[in-house]
Amino acid sequence: MFNPFSLKDKTILVTGASSGIGRGIAIECSKMGAKLVITGRSLERLNETFSALEGNGHVIIQADISIQEDIERLVSESPLLNGCVNNAGIPKISTVGFINRDSIEEILNINTIGPILLTSLLLKKRKLQKQSSIVFISSISGVVVSNTGETQYSTSKGAISGFVKGAALELARQKTRVNSICPALVPTEILELSNSFFSEEQLKDKMYEKYPLGRVGTPEDIANGAIYLLSDASSWVTGINLVIDGGFTLA
Amino acid sequence: MNLNEFIELFSGQFDKTPADQFKPNTLYKELDEWDSLTSLSIIAVVDEELEKRIVGADFRNSNTIEELFELIQSK
Repeated sequence: MFNPFSLKDKTILVTGASSGIGRGIAIECSKMGAKLVITGRSLERLNETFSALEGNGHVIIQADISIQEDIERLVSESPLLNGCVNNAGIPKISTVGFINRDSIEEILNINTIGPILLTSLLLKKRKLQKQSSIVFISSISGVVVSNTGETQYSTSKGAISGFVKGAALELARQKTRVNSICPALVPTEILELSNSFFSEEQLKDKMYEKYPLGRVGTPEDIANGAIYLLSDASSWVTGINLVIDGGFTLA
Repeated sequence: MNLNEFIELFSGQFDKTPADQFKPNTLYKELDEWDSLTSLSIIAVVDEELEKRIVGADFRNSNTIEELFELIQSK
């Protein structure tokens, strides 16, 4: 059966594949026929993702993309790729007056600088073949909206949006496409890193009241967007921010 | 840090509420200016000045500034 969304014969690198959205993307892409290169900091959790992948030929490369040596090793050990999903990221909640050098450098290193340097090196070392698809998991925060306490996170994601545009323009010559996905809230382990600030009740409010489609997102909602952007179905799509938010930014 | 110093730190995160409105028995969540921004500022200043991490539950489990201070001291 004809399926323009198939990822058969495509090798896709997914960062932050040890949990949350990254794990969901890796698993769903494997169901669409892709061979996965999954990376993240925790080998134990990468193994959990690995065992949930369908098909075979997948590989694990443990790496922390906030560390330059890890980026270099990841690129050198990686097979030839047809796609890359820059998903690894952290949240950080703090008001503007309490931003300090350590806090802003930490989040920019992981959410912005690491993914950009990884992408750059993959291209330089010709690990991304022509007609590849590069996807960034960004956020509606910093690209469309923001929220109290999210300024540093918004900063890190807004910068990705700028990178996507510039890179999309440059790489169009080799028919490589660069896009981002901007999800609203997808409750995963990442929330536990948010200072445990929100109570269960607050999360419930956030989850149901602000979403016209009546619920928050799941990793699979985001993975389906990634499948579209990685597949030949989106051959004429580059430089976009694909908002996947259950209607959140409408209200 | 003693209670009075904490109250000074606490009141410093508010722009409009006069400093003399902050007492040990002030029901801080009933202040007009208490919202997500001021609560995040309290979390941040406690982290920076006292190197203690408070969470949303600490606000739910305290009513007065003194109760919040005691909760923080117990961490």
